[in-house]
Amino acid sequence: MYEFDWSSIPGALPILAKGMAVTLQLTVTAMVVGIVCGTLLAVARLSGKPWVSWPAAAYVNAFRAIPLVMVILWFYLIVPALLQQLLHVQASTDIRMASALVAFSLFESTYYAEIIRAGIQSVPKGQLAAAQALGMPYTQLMRWVVLPQALRNMTPLLLTQAIILFQDTSLVYVIGLADFFGAAYKIGDRDGRLVELLLFAGMIYFVICYVVSWLVKNLQRRSVA
Amino acid sequence: MGYAWNWGILLSTTPSGESTYLGWLLAGLEWTLLLSLAAWLIALILGTLFGILRTVPNRWLQGVANAYVEIFRNLPLLVQLFIWYFVLPELLPQSWGNAIKQSDPLLQQFFAAWLCLGCFTGARVCEQVRAGIESLPTGQRSAALALGLTLPQTYHHVLLPIAFRIIVPPLTSEFLNIFKNSAVASTIGLIELSRQSQQLVDYTAQPYEAFIAVTLLYALINVVVLLGMRWIERRTHVPGFVGGR
Repeated sequence: MYEFDWSSIPGALPILAKGMAVTLQLTVTAMVVGIVCGTLLAVARLSGKPWVSWPAAAYVNAFRAIPLVMVILWFYLIVPALLQQLLHVQASTDIRMASALVAFSLFESTYYAEIIRAGIQSVPKGQLAAAQALGMPYTQLMRWVVLPQALRNMTPLLLTQAIILFQDTSLVYVIGLADFFGAAYKIGDRDGRLVELLLFAGMIYFVICYVVSWLVKNLQRRSVA
Repeated sequence: MGYAWNWGILLSTTPSGESTYLGWLLAGLEWTLLLSLAAWLIALILGTLFGILRTVPNRWLQGVANAYVEIFRNLPLLVQLFIWYFVLPELLPQSWGNAIKQSDPLLQQFFAAWLCLGCFTGARVCEQVRAGIESLPTGQRSAALALGLTLPQTYHHVLLPIAFRIIVPPLTSEFLNIFKNSAVASTIGLIELSRQSQQLVDYTAQPYEAFIAVTLLYALINVVVLLGMRWIERRTHVPGFVGGR
């Protein structure tokens, strides 16, 4: 049988905490940017003007058709080199964090856009008609009538997406960024205790995700009641 | 801009000489398809089984199914993959572990990724199956039981035939996801499609062509699956039931 040796974990905690900070920074940034851009995309997609709705739909569908791993690699290997050529700037030292932030923000905004679009469509048509009858222009109608109700309806889904996002940030492993998972893997590899470090990292992810989804479930129950 | 486009690179032969770079991409595509379809099979079997267990009137069975869903939904896919690949062989009895470690690395990678994706997606399918069964009016179950059908018969003849047809639309998105999630297998070294794009960059120094080609292949998979599932959705649509999310 395998003999567990957990002794390398206590000393690794500061590095793991630093990794968790990277994970959380990625999650929160992508969530905030994602919800803001997602709202704009959703409103654009629902607009009646084809030259507004088409580009938004194309953007959303393009990002949703390819794997997140590919998006991360695009924004790490391809886009920075392209920008350097176009803008004639020098290659900077470490772009991993910046490229991951951009990749996750752009990627997540398409997933948030779909959630928000469904939320907007869940607002009864009568609300829209009433606002129009009051003479509100489209932007005011969205801002004051539709979005506040839609956002309340979709809060649980937005939070569930945040949990998925939190889990997906571990994929920055492919560009060698030391997030929580990357840090755990590196230490496990260094000390020859990969089994313990991976199980430990899994446990932490599990506890966080389980607790947050339990909270979301309770929130959902309260908002339904 | 000073980039020298060269799409012809895809048709030139690789250093090993037995294939073209396009051949590499297609070999990667094959692994992606094989992995995803094989994992989808596991996901459907596990998802159906546990989805039924979550709705049967027995606390223990429900508990087992709940535990399955919670474990596989609350761990990142990458962590699950590394646990299947690095941790499991260590925790098995030593002779088994050694047998695994001595086998062909490609087989090790494929089996780890296969089981991982299958169980991961199975937990999501399970939730859809449960939602499908729960969306049926309770009268259906009661009526079947009142007619003297046993519980397995009730599921087989009454509940599942409708539930499965209701959940086709949400299953479509899970099916699309499994192809995208299969790219994670590149992290343990399986040379599937996304891994081939990196390999092409290393070998050809033509990064744009490699990345655009691979991205288009993923988009192609997406479109084909979407069209296929649309067709199935039309064929299985149940009039009167909303194919809900």
